[in-house]
Amino acid sequence: MLRARILENKLSSLYKAGKIVGGVYLGRGQEAVSATLGTALIQGRDFFAPLIRDQAGRTAFGEPLIDCTRTYLGSVEGPMRGRDGNIHRGRPSMGMPAMISHLGAQVPVVAGMLFAKRLQGTLTGRVGATCIGDGATSTGAFHEGLNTAAVEKLPLVVVVANNQFAYSTPNDRQFACGDLVERARGYGIGGFSVDGTDLLACASVIGEAVRRARHGGGPQMVVAQLLRLSGHGEHDDGSYVPTDVREGYYGRDCIDVAIGQLVENQMATAAEISEWQDEIAEEVQRAVAQAQQEATPDPYLEDWTALSTRFPISQSTAQ
Amino acid sequence: MSVTYIDAIREAQEKLLREDDRVFLYGQDIATFGGAFKATKGLAEQFPNRVFDAPISEDAMIGMAVGAAIEGMRPIVEMQFADFSSVAFNQIVNQAATHFYRTGMPIPITVRLPSGGTPGSGPFHSQSMEGIYAQYPGLVVLTPATVSDAYHMLLDGVALDDPVIYCEHKFLYRWLKAKSINGDHLPIGQARITRPGKHATVVAYSAMVHEAVRAADRLQQDGWEIEVVDLRSVKPLDMDTVLASVARTGRLLAVGEAFPWGGVTAEVIARVTEEGFHLLDAPPQRLNARDTPVPYHPKLWAAHRPTPESICEALRKLLSF
Repeated sequence: MLRARILENKLSSLYKAGKIVGGVYLGRGQEAVSATLGTALIQGRDFFAPLIRDQAGRTAFGEPLIDCTRTYLGSVEGPMRGRDGNIHRGRPSMGMPAMISHLGAQVPVVAGMLFAKRLQGTLTGRVGATCIGDGATSTGAFHEGLNTAAVEKLPLVVVVANNQFAYSTPNDRQFACGDLVERARGYGIGGFSVDGTDLLACASVIGEAVRRARHGGGPQMVVAQLLRLSGHGEHDDGSYVPTDVREGYYGRDCIDVAIGQLVENQMATAAEISEWQDEIAEEVQRAVAQAQQEATPDPYLEDWTALSTRFPISQSTAQ
Repeated sequence: MSVTYIDAIREAQEKLLREDDRVFLYGQDIATFGGAFKATKGLAEQFPNRVFDAPISEDAMIGMAVGAAIEGMRPIVEMQFADFSSVAFNQIVNQAATHFYRTGMPIPITVRLPSGGTPGSGPFHSQSMEGIYAQYPGLVVLTPATVSDAYHMLLDGVALDDPVIYCEHKFLYRWLKAKSINGDHLPIGQARITRPGKHATVVAYSAMVHEAVRAADRLQQDGWEIEVVDLRSVKPLDMDTVLASVARTGRLLAVGEAFPWGGVTAEVIARVTEEGFHLLDAPPQRLNARDTPVPYHPKLWAAHRPTPESICEALRKLLSF
């Protein structure tokens, strides 16, 4: 959580200084949900398709910070080599597909990864997870993907971060059911609700959803209530969020809550947490500095091919 | 004994399932039922747990296939009709087609599109989508016109590491027969001279190859020798064969069954004009379906798509310059 927050604060500064082109999309306020999901998954065995606000989950799952800074800063050394940017990154060969911008689209992709493992006879003990927001639950892709996963009884966990606004559109213009978790029953899958600002609650509830999926319980949906503590991107001041919502219960910062919980439960001292912050700040500086020093893509050296096959295929090499 | 175009598609899938355990079939009504056109008849029984019925969720079908391909499988997805692939458009053009360029990992999925018109099928069971998919980088678009190509190009398409849009023409399914599945086997990306000639070139693909050959047969009675080029794959486009043909004949007519705005025929003409303007003795012509939805009534339908008559008319105009 802390790594994500400190890294993203740095990204925001770099954006405002004009060092990052395109956009910067933060997960501020959503770190508890994302990090607990990433922590519950096992890299090398499980699959995780992060979405826009999942820096914390990515880090917890094992994505190195340098993947983030390289992608934002356009380094050719990064996983996307300047061909895609910001949060549109991944390492599919390591179980972490790269999101496309079209919401809900990763739900069937993770289901398909799990389906492949079933066909290969190696599904047992694996889980696939993806995160989406309240807005994405309105897409056809979300519905089709979740329904298909339910039909196939795949160990898929979908975590819905209900941050109350899809960009600027509030929940009451997004869906008409009382609570999104009611939909789980309609899909015939497990459904959980959690306070997304409460780290310990998230660890418990999301951990349980992952455990159930892992042990044959089929798809699980977790709906976490929280508030995005930033704009949609750093170009957006989020001024459409009413003051009473901003100052209300879900306006509390999950990092402050988590620090309180760690100290109160004697899991860490305030001094230790402060030390972590210093260490992480240095780590982030190194990741930024390294990515900034690396080469950016050269249009004259780029191969400019969207296919892995090189045509023409000569007659002799055709099967 | 003869083998039909759809037999060839079924045979190819059977061979793939038998020989490559990474291959599985996914689509609506394709398991026990054998598919709306019976392209997978008997395969579910023959290959248990390799042929799966999908919910009516075209978007999720391609999403599932992409995920499975990431994990090493080679799915073949049957769209019940090419027209319904519009529901899966996002996963095809944004997920599958961009994946190799973005991440370096190719997505070897094959999407079978039962394409083109048949009498009485109407606006939503008759479309030709090849031009739409060819527009997007990252896809290979195949349009077999012969029984042997239907077989070999499906095998070769599944063997490619990239996403393949395999457009199989529904009109050819049972109408087109061959003595054997083994015709000449050209690599993907190479066009074929179906009928040699010297006075004009008709570039066609899929069912229009047969309509073009009929038109050429008629004009032969008047002494015209028309060359028919079967593109076989519209992407990649074999411009070497097309330009060599135009160099011989000096005249070009491009024929396609898709809607007229843009598309494959426009691309062929644009490229010939750009790369071989000096070869042309007459303005290149194109003939497509009309610019309306595909009509239901057989009389309207027959006049909506290019026919031997309209191809002959276009050729006579081309030859008159």
